[in-house]
Amino acid sequence: MNEKGILKTGQIAEVWRRLRRNRAAIVGGVIVLLFVFIAIFAPWLSPYPPNEGELTKRLKPPCREHLLGTDPLGRDLLSRVIYGARISLQVQIISVSIALVVGTLLGMIGGYYGGRLDNLIMRLMDILLAFPGIFLAISIIAVLGPGLTNLMLAAGIYSIPQFARIVRGSVISLKEKEFIEAARAVGEGDIDILFRYLLPNSMAPIIVQTTLRMATVLLTASGLSFLGLGVQPPTAEWGAMLSNARAYLITAPHVATVLGLAIMLVVMGFNLFGDGLRDSLDPRLRE
Amino acid sequence: MLLPVLFGVSLVSFSLLHLVPGDPATLMAGEDANPEFIEAIRKEYGLDQPLYLQYFRFLSHVIRGDFGISIRNREPVIKLLKERFLFTVQLSFISILIAGFIGLIAGIISSTKQYSLFDHLSMVGALFGISMPIFWFGLLLMLVFSVYLRWFPAGGKGTILHLILPAIALGASGSAVIARMTRASMLEVIRQDYIRTARANGLREFIVIYKHALKNAMIPVVTVFGLEFGYMLGGAVLTETVFSLPGVGRLMVDGIFQRDYPIVQGSMLLVATTFVLVNLLTDIAYAFFDPKIRYE
Repeated sequence: MNEKGILKTGQIAEVWRRLRRNRAAIVGGVIVLLFVFIAIFAPWLSPYPPNEGELTKRLKPPCREHLLGTDPLGRDLLSRVIYGARISLQVQIISVSIALVVGTLLGMIGGYYGGRLDNLIMRLMDILLAFPGIFLAISIIAVLGPGLTNLMLAAGIYSIPQFARIVRGSVISLKEKEFIEAARAVGEGDIDILFRYLLPNSMAPIIVQTTLRMATVLLTASGLSFLGLGVQPPTAEWGAMLSNARAYLITAPHVATVLGLAIMLVVMGFNLFGDGLRDSLDPRLRE
Repeated sequence: MLLPVLFGVSLVSFSLLHLVPGDPATLMAGEDANPEFIEAIRKEYGLDQPLYLQYFRFLSHVIRGDFGISIRNREPVIKLLKERFLFTVQLSFISILIAGFIGLIAGIISSTKQYSLFDHLSMVGALFGISMPIFWFGLLLMLVFSVYLRWFPAGGKGTILHLILPAIALGASGSAVIARMTRASMLEVIRQDYIRTARANGLREFIVIYKHALKNAMIPVVTVFGLEFGYMLGGAVLTETVFSLPGVGRLMVDGIFQRDYPIVQGSMLLVATTFVLVNLLTDIAYAFFDPKIRYE
């Protein structure tokens, strides 16, 4: 690290070297890359349009024509799973971005200025955290109403406290350091100190949290859609499709199995990669 | 700490009716209610008064256990909530017992046999536990143990058997988190000097691990228990949906669909307040396990 402690090229190489040696992280990274690739190239990869089916081909088991079989409306399941990756990635990126921007700003302001402002922000976060897990997202949907946009907002707001707490902790531990004192001594303003000194130095925990949150948000968002509170049919979304698959669980168990596996694999990928990143960015954080 | 958060929670629950687009009285009476009924509701609930008066009225009612009347079936919300809530607490309680049992045993054995086959398997298991969607795991359990093997009923309530599969589904991620935490905490404690001293004094390994190491390693694990129990109260809605169980989460989601706001308000308030109280109890338990905190 240089005198400001910002990651330099040599350090990135070092992090990459450590990450490469972590087999679990590589597996996670490959899963994540594959997922992103599938999401981006869904129209080219899926063999059939996701929302068009033939009723004569209802609930077909996996066969050569339909590798994962078909759903009750005769739609190709593989195509719907592929398109589902798109919706999932979109929800993850937008929700986590909302939480990242708002949470980081709140955490920076609270940690840097301290006092009453910090107290107010942290109490607000405590109130959000008083609603346990997915219950918070459900409560937000209760206000906003069901739907894709509101789902992304709810999953985003749901993740704000985690970012705020982590960034605040990091800023508090950094702001008394000499390089910040030096920056102040040469006349840097608050905004500069916050964004040019404190933020870059808090990047490691923020990156780790962003990766791990992608996993949590996918679980939460698919859970909300499963409950009927998120993405609505006929959009190909994994949680909503799983909810439909319940009706024919006994006659076509492969539908629910494949959808759940898709969610689990992606969540696992982000979890593995996030854990690996944490260990590589700061080996001291290792359990 | 406790009071400001509870105040905030009550404020958020109260605001629900006013944040949702539309006139609160119309929302409560139903979109197709006649104007006289809407006015009667407005009067009855004091919706024509200033907001702060409405809030105090709401608070004074809530403290007396009066959560209003359900819009859909005109029954007191508290009556509907009570039974459903007790059911969710019961389900979460069984889940945390299962999660604690599996998590602690897996975590302790993993830490005493670090890098063994058992350690690797249980940590892979834990990874599955935190990555699996509750609702999917529930469906798989139902498919295997209710449909194919017919060991357990597929849904509904009645006996303890009805609760086993939902509780396992709900407890999977908790047991994973507890196992990871127990392992990490035990590994840290086992490396301490006093454990080496205990061993050097010739104490049996069993006593060293279960009497000396475990008690100290439990300190951070206790917090996880409290948090996980709270998450189960919130996450129970997914299991309740899969197994058609009458819990408070399902009541709330149905309330959202039916725009039955007093029900939604009541559920939010009850679950959040319980979670805050569980956290308080966890802090107290934390002090019990860690005498240092009591002295500070």
